[in-house]
Amino acid sequence: MARKPVPGTQAGLVVGELEEFDEADASTRAHSALADGPVRDMPRRPFNLRRWFTETGWRHVVGIVMIAFSLFPIVFVISSSLNPNGTLTGSNALFSKIGFDSYVRILTDPQVPFTTWLGNTLMISGITALLTVFLGALAAYSFSRMRFTGRRFGLIGIVVVQMFPQLLAVVAIFLLMSAIGDLFPAIGLNTHIGLIMVYLGGALGVNTFLMYGFFNTIPVSIDEAAKIDGAGHARIFFTIVLRLVAPILAVVALLSFIASVNEFVVASVLLIDTDKQTLAVGLTKLVSNPRYADWSAFSAGAVIAALPVVALFLFLQKYIVGGLTAGAVK
Amino acid sequence: MSTTTEAAATAGDPTTGGTGGKPPTRRQRQAAGIADAASVGIKVLLVKILGLGIIDALAIFGIIILLGASQWLVAAIVAAVAILVNWIYFSRRKLPAKYLTPGVIFLVVFQVFVLVYTGYIAFTNYGTGHNGSKEQAVSSLMASSLERVEDSATYPVTVVDRGGELGLLLTDPDGDALVGTATSPLEPVDAEFDGSKAVEADGWTTLSFAEVLARTDEITALAVPFSDDPNDGAVRTPDGSSAYLYVSALEYDEAAGTMTDLETGTVYSDIGTGAFTSEDGEELLPGWQIVIGFDNFVRAVTDERLAGPLLYVTLWTFAFALISVASTFFLGLFLAIVFNDMRMRGRKFYRVLIILPYAIPSFLSALVWAGMMNESFGFINQVLLGGASVPWLTDPWLAKVSVLTVNLWLGFPYMFLVCMGALQSIPDDILEAAKVDGARPWAVFRLIKLPLLLVSVAPLLIASFAFNFNNFNTIYMLTDGGPRDSNAPIPVGFTDILITMVYKVAFTGQTRDYGLASAYSILIFIIVAVISIIAFRRTKSLEELN
Repeated sequence: MARKPVPGTQAGLVVGELEEFDEADASTRAHSALADGPVRDMPRRPFNLRRWFTETGWRHVVGIVMIAFSLFPIVFVISSSLNPNGTLTGSNALFSKIGFDSYVRILTDPQVPFTTWLGNTLMISGITALLTVFLGALAAYSFSRMRFTGRRFGLIGIVVVQMFPQLLAVVAIFLLMSAIGDLFPAIGLNTHIGLIMVYLGGALGVNTFLMYGFFNTIPVSIDEAAKIDGAGHARIFFTIVLRLVAPILAVVALLSFIASVNEFVVASVLLIDTDKQTLAVGLTKLVSNPRYADWSAFSAGAVIAALPVVALFLFLQKYIVGGLTAGAVK
Repeated sequence: MSTTTEAAATAGDPTTGGTGGKPPTRRQRQAAGIADAASVGIKVLLVKILGLGIIDALAIFGIIILLGASQWLVAAIVAAVAILVNWIYFSRRKLPAKYLTPGVIFLVVFQVFVLVYTGYIAFTNYGTGHNGSKEQAVSSLMASSLERVEDSATYPVTVVDRGGELGLLLTDPDGDALVGTATSPLEPVDAEFDGSKAVEADGWTTLSFAEVLARTDEITALAVPFSDDPNDGAVRTPDGSSAYLYVSALEYDEAAGTMTDLETGTVYSDIGTGAFTSEDGEELLPGWQIVIGFDNFVRAVTDERLAGPLLYVTLWTFAFALISVASTFFLGLFLAIVFNDMRMRGRKFYRVLIILPYAIPSFLSALVWAGMMNESFGFINQVLLGGASVPWLTDPWLAKVSVLTVNLWLGFPYMFLVCMGALQSIPDDILEAAKVDGARPWAVFRLIKLPLLLVSVAPLLIASFAFNFNNFNTIYMLTDGGPRDSNAPIPVGFTDILITMVYKVAFTGQTRDYGLASAYSILIFIIVAVISIIAFRRTKSLEELN
């Protein structure tokens, strides 16, 4: 009993440690002080189940309910991906059978070029993310460090243009790309370069704004010092400023990467051959009729496709949350 | 923020020489220019010249091809842009332009231009049956009604190929060799003869027997125009070795602009609707593309079978976007409050698991939900409800509820993260002061926390509304807009939002109607623009730009 955590305190603290904590962390305690009576009295009170429940216990109930809501589709898809035999009905008994047959099927089925789709998606999204960061950083640097005619107009223009997402103009994009494809087959309809170019049309948008805000927090005195030392604008940009803003570059790259992985409309219209398509287009077609589709193979594919994105997301979570509150939307 | 800006303004453009906003004198500009040039190494200069050289080479290549295709205007624009780019990067000034040009070029072509072009398409009849120019429509009509001329000559023929394009090499009764393709009429050519039959021509590859067999379908479909006048007919080969003259059952009178069916004698004339139309209203398709003014818009709102769907789709789009924002925001806020208590243990654990739905690509989540909500085989009906058959995705109203539920699942972690951040950034002393003044927890929340929270979250709510207004993936992957409305002449369903309707009208179904789809797109532009203007006025966010 002696080392039992004390209810109603910072998680995990035991009685002996409480005295030091009380002084050090008084400011964070202010939050909890709102919900109940005077804080400093609490540690002295004996454990009381009812009070524990009204103060923090119900929060755990909410947490468990929400975890169930959040996780049950994820548990379902993992379970059905491990189910060796195909159909949707067969996937309903969770974890009744465990095997990697469906992973083998989705990776080797000659009818379903899953690995090609995965490669296409990673390549298209990766290149788009890199170039988006580059183009956006160039623009953000000029908006942040230079004063020129049309600067305010440019900033407002970027805000306004991003209100009209490219998918609204999908018909025009399709017709434009097929016209380009008639004359220049290498960059027109049904090419990855064409799709990447279309995606880059959206590079100066919300991303530039995120970066602009971040560039403004880098002191100009650094630029000036470098200038006095004889560095030109290009050198200042590439060797000094870009290094200092690396965190925001990572966030923008990741957000842009996820956006392209998720993009369906333009990709489905521009990429015609099955071998050229991305995961979003290919997997959607694969399960367009869930009743007849090989559901566990699809689930295996979904798990494989989601893993890298989820891993990146959780890894960069801290930065993304900062980026999100600055204006990006999924 | 403001100090940074002022500092930036003073430092500003390197060419101003840091004189605090006063326009630089000529000497200062020169000095700055020399300093700038001196700092550029030879390597940088080489990279710059190499890069511009590649761009110029590509531009010249493009211009040559465009000129070859008689695209004068586009060629001129490409040339002008290439010259502009060279001028910008070789100039000592134009520093901002050097940084902005690459992004702006893509922005202008693939964002601004396509929006303007959408506006143009909305005023045309572009779509299935109205794809090309009038000349293309005429030749296609003539080709589709070809009939073999009785007792006409038989031409020995060899199938040839140039760059993937099939051609016919035939020998006329005088012993001369002629070659032509589907798009270029027959013309004389130098050929090698095997006996009296031309078998090989300069610049063309003769197909072997096996290749002829492999491409039989293409070869039998090939019709090579006999001359420039479409009324002269075309030659076709049913077997790859001999060809016959075919003439069209239609006769085109260019001067009068009419098509006459030689068998029935019906005259089809161009009455300005983009297709040859007979007196009793029968149209010959394919037609061609014309500007039809506001017809698409008028049709969308006055045609009873189109106006109904447009109205309910628009209402549902608003309802979907509003309810999605509201439900995700309130659930996210509630969870943020619940987990924003320092006394609670394991908050990090809960937090990571709860935001997992946000980390998964949304198209995958929606597809998985579609499987789980399947009426007869899905997990929800079979397992959670013990074998019920609730039509989650096939009943018009229940499908709407399902779509909203799934969108809640997809969206609440984002709001949770945002509200969590906003709540934690509220200074503690304000809350403490309120408590000292005797405010109860609910009053603190309602009168202090919520207003402060909304200040930072409001712009994100507007952005979230704009996003959900065009949330294609959730709708398309989950229900495909269905259940389908069988009364509508376009493929539209009861959970379609405007953007999925645009997609379906333009790219699915038997007929593609680019004009109508673009008219719907314009409608979305207008709605989004009005909402943005109101939102910007209210939040004054544009005025904060500096």
